Amino acid sequence: MSLSSLLLSLSGAGLIAFFIGFLRAKIMARGKERSVHSRPGYHAGFLALWTSLPAIIVLLIWAAVEPRFIDREVQSSLSAQVLQGSEAQIGLTMGVVRSVAAGIKTFSREELEAAKANPQEAQRLLSQKGIIVASAPGRAIIDSAELLNELNAKSSLAKTYTAAILALLGFVIAFIRISPNLRARNSVERVVVAGLMVASSVAILTTAGIVLSVLFQSLDFFNRVSIIDFLTGTVWDPRFADAGSGSTEGQFGLVPLMWGTLYISFVALVVAVPIGLFAAIYMSEYAHPKVRATVKPLLEMLAGIPTIVYGFFAVITVGPFLNFIGSKAGLVIQPTSVLTAGIVMGIMIIPFVSSLSDDIISAVPLALREGSYGLGATQSETIKRVVLPAALPGIVGAILLAASRAIGETMIVVLAAGIAANLTLNPFESVTTITVKIVSQLTGDLEFNTPQTLVAFALGLTLFVLTLGLNVYALYIVRKYREQYE
Amino acid sequence: MVEISIAPASIAPSAGNGAERSSGTFRGDPKVSARDVSVFYGEKQALFNVGIEIADHSVTAFIGPSGCGKTTFLRCFNRMNDTIASARVQGEIIVQGKNIYDPDVDPVQVRARVGMVFQKPNPFPKTIFENVAYGPRIHGLAKSKPELEEIVVKSLQRAGLFNEVKDRLNSEGTGLSGGQQQRLCIARAIAVSPEVILMDEPCSALDPIATAKVEELIDELRTNYCIVIVTHNMQQAARVSQRTAFFHLGYLVEEDTTDQIFTNPKDKRTQDYITGRFG
Amino acid sequence: MSVLADESSVTGLAAVSAESRFDNPALMRRRRRAEVRFQLYGLLAIALGLSCLVILFTSIIGNGWTAFFQTSIELPITFDAQEIDPDGTRKPSAFASANYQKLAYTALYKILGVDPSIRPQRTAANALLSREIDSQLREMVTADPSIIGSTKKVWVLASGNADALLKGKIDRKLPQENRQISDQQLAWIDQLTGSGIMKKLFNTGLFTNTASSQPETAGLAVALLGSFYIMLIVVLLSVPLGVAAAIYLEEFAPRNRFTDLIEVNINNLAAVPSIVFGLLGLAVFINFAGLPRSASLVGGLVLTLRTLPTVIIATRAAISAVPPSIREAALGVGASKVQTVFHHVLPLSLPGIITGTILGLIQALGETAPLLMIGMVAFVVDVPSSPLDPATALPVQIYMWATEAERGFVEKTAGATIVLLMILAVMNIITMVLRKRYERKW
Repeated sequence: MSLSSLLLSLSGAGLIAFFIGFLRAKIMARGKERSVHSRPGYHAGFLALWTSLPAIIVLLIWAAVEPRFIDREVQSSLSAQVLQGSEAQIGLTMGVVRSVAAGIKTFSREELEAAKANPQEAQRLLSQKGIIVASAPGRAIIDSAELLNELNAKSSLAKTYTAAILALLGFVIAFIRISPNLRARNSVERVVVAGLMVASSVAILTTAGIVLSVLFQSLDFFNRVSIIDFLTGTVWDPRFADAGSGSTEGQFGLVPLMWGTLYISFVALVVAVPIGLFAAIYMSEYAHPKVRATVKPLLEMLAGIPTIVYGFFAVITVGPFLNFIGSKAGLVIQPTSVLTAGIVMGIMIIPFVSSLSDDIISAVPLALREGSYGLGATQSETIKRVVLPAALPGIVGAILLAASRAIGETMIVVLAAGIAANLTLNPFESVTTITVKIVSQLTGDLEFNTPQTLVAFALGLTLFVLTLGLNVYALYIVRKYREQYE
Repeated sequence: MVEISIAPASIAPSAGNGAERSSGTFRGDPKVSARDVSVFYGEKQALFNVGIEIADHSVTAFIGPSGCGKTTFLRCFNRMNDTIASARVQGEIIVQGKNIYDPDVDPVQVRARVGMVFQKPNPFPKTIFENVAYGPRIHGLAKSKPELEEIVVKSLQRAGLFNEVKDRLNSEGTGLSGGQQQRLCIARAIAVSPEVILMDEPCSALDPIATAKVEELIDELRTNYCIVIVTHNMQQAARVSQRTAFFHLGYLVEEDTTDQIFTNPKDKRTQDYITGRFG
Repeated sequence: MSVLADESSVTGLAAVSAESRFDNPALMRRRRRAEVRFQLYGLLAIALGLSCLVILFTSIIGNGWTAFFQTSIELPITFDAQEIDPDGTRKPSAFASANYQKLAYTALYKILGVDPSIRPQRTAANALLSREIDSQLREMVTADPSIIGSTKKVWVLASGNADALLKGKIDRKLPQENRQISDQQLAWIDQLTGSGIMKKLFNTGLFTNTASSQPETAGLAVALLGSFYIMLIVVLLSVPLGVAAAIYLEEFAPRNRFTDLIEVNINNLAAVPSIVFGLLGLAVFINFAGLPRSASLVGGLVLTLRTLPTVIIATRAAISAVPPSIREAALGVGASKVQTVFHHVLPLSLPGIITGTILGLIQALGETAPLLMIGMVAFVVDVPSSPLDPATALPVQIYMWATEAERGFVEKTAGATIVLLMILAVMNIITMVLRKRYERKW
């Protein structure tokens, strides 16, 4: 039986076991409910879990491990000639074997004989079944395909028997144990908690997954292009080579990309920090509660707009507008200039600065302010000289978090910033960023193992490390600041 | 006047009788007995080798100043201290002949037989009916809906709350007054037919009228249950309990009939506390 | 004052400066002005922020509202049996290969009085109709072959240029060389609109059409369905996993260094740039596990990982907000820890969990970068019938249309953006309503 039908039958068996267990428990408990440890539902669950769970777990492990063994067997059956070839060639042959195996499953004996005798005939018969193979499969290939089918069938049979035996065994063991003293509830609850634990490990596996997969591919990249060249190179010119040549032509310098990323983020902060900070000050110190209650959500709406919308906005409005102003002033402002991307990015991160700063400013104790008012200072003087300096670490933290957001942003810069790496100080020219390059290196036809593709992972690693560092540091500052006042 | 004894109040594990120092020993088998119970929170010891015998169909009060360990001791009786990660309990507590701290005892089962009412009334955010029905439900005490309803009604009657809420059993339990909520919690505890009911300062969050009602209720309940009550209020202990135990700094200092404790205490610490010199 | 004036000049000076410290109108004026300026800066900042919001919305809506209408022409089309099915076989293969565009052109020539033999006239007239009418008419015939031989009035789409003219996007006053519409075509269009057979109809095609190279026939069907599949997968996976993880971490996990590390871990994951999740999806789901590129399933898996931290954090907050007295009450009645959590704590945390999930979904709906990485940028013509078929998502479709060269796509992009923003607005409103009605203040 196939894996999915096995799993389905096991679940069904579990369900049946549940009903049986429920009835058995009810009968057993008749008359003496109080002295039975667990209620019938738990006994039923106990029986069901013992019946289906061990078998399911064994099956899953088997299914995960099985392909490797079977593949190894089949691979070793390939002709010596093939085995001496490159890894890619072996992989290719194995692919052919798999396709052929799928096709010959439905062959009759005569068809099989004919196929083995004549490769052309084999190819024709296969295409009749809907399997297209590029070259006529020789006898060796067909033999290997037969072996594959045979192994799969044997394994399938073994799986079915094992599952049935485990299920039966589990059922019997558990059934015998059903008694008033059985702590069925405890067993069932242990399984539940174990399930919860497995779920929480998925979250950790994700981070592990990110780090490992990105790291792995990056290391592959750094095998081909030295990490020093990557980190210090000032020219970015990947030069997509012909497919399959795997050449390392092209230069992969990070510096212009990092420069573009930081420059645009800087412009974004120049826009967002004054607006966000002053808005936060006004809202937390001066604004009427009703005004604050209306304005705060409105500003936060800016953070809720998908970044692709900002990118589009930059293309149809901001870019042409800046271009227009530039032409009036006699300047040439590129539609994808640093200014365009930076301004739009800045608009997006205004709420990050304003909401966080608002919370931080509100957290400054009243006692400090009253000390200043008591001396006869105006509200603005108090804010400028007492509150803001006190809140400074927290605000710096907020700015760092906003910067981290800007650095990791993709869609705004994909549309609003340029494609060409450019190390320039001129805000009217266009630059490109790390995120733009990750996208451009990975869209279009990919050859997965070329440096052109792998560099995207190296860039991703850089981005991950950079934003993680900023976030950790920012949270550290904010936490230290909060501790000051608690 | 007895000399102040600094030595911890250890009770020799002689069967049944209780401390040699107490003059009012009770007849019959104790419902609950504690032997050599010590409680540690991490490294700090909060209770030192306490032993006591609790009689059935009576109210036993634990009194003492704040932090003396009376609540800690109370919570040993239903293994509620298990829920605190750093708590460690040594010794034995025997309910109906079985030590509830035996390794093969399920704490959850213990709590069905030893019920608890807390200081601040904490009804579930469910209907009055559901509040009382929850316990019987999870312990499978009712085989049918009518039976469950019967249990709920009886528990509410025993808690003296039924007449006040009989028309609104499906309204929120949290909508009742403080005193009613506490009686609801008592009904909830009664519904699982416990053998012992523990009460941790049950009236300290209530107004005087509600307090009076609950005290009246406690007096009625003792005909059917074994009740242990922790209280800050000495007058309450005097009104409500038959036997009283005085705790100080983690030690059980003196335990006797309520009358004796309040009129003729044997230990100076007890006398100081009763006369209000501290606590 | 007069007493002091008799004393030495030093004391006199001292007296004057002592007074000026507390009675300096110029200084007070400066300080008051500084106060007013300061408040003004604050108001200015808020005004700037809000005006950015307004400008953004105006620009998008201004460019996009016309996308909900599409110019069509009502033509009496003769389903000429000679053209469609010359051999009279009534076979679908014959229907498929006929030239339906010609039927539409013929009908148009008749109305405009165009002589088909004159090439420039013919080309000019043809340019008024969409090139996709071919498939529209073919579908009609395939669905109901009995219409062959009859003449029916059919609303067919006008070309992109004609549509742009009627929407005012092409300036009539420009000289002919600078316009995409010639004077002759202008006259024809006026004639058709004047007689009422050419007008703007509600563009249901925006929602039912699939990918197209012509803006007038491009639609969001694939994108909407793809986003729907993705959201479905995200909900089905991230809610059970996230809630289970949060319950375990909050209620059952021992408090030690390891679990602290996990908590820090999850908080950091929430702040990782989303493009990194795309890289993860590419390396693990597509490269390692071999799942089909461009499938909504992979998009759903990647966005589940993106949303998981949000759900976990929101659930933990909701769970920890439930007061310990309720847990104690349940334990006191003899419920086990697991029963306490599932019978009491979880139901009370439900509103917080639901709002947290919807917020996570709102964020996921607008995600574009990870989907680009896993290849959901394809030109998909067939509506996906399952999450395994190639599809795209709404924000990705916006990206694809935004990068199209044809001017007609600007309107479509803005229109799609309006659709996206409206969906998000509805979800936000639902969240706010749920919050108001169900969240308990403990």
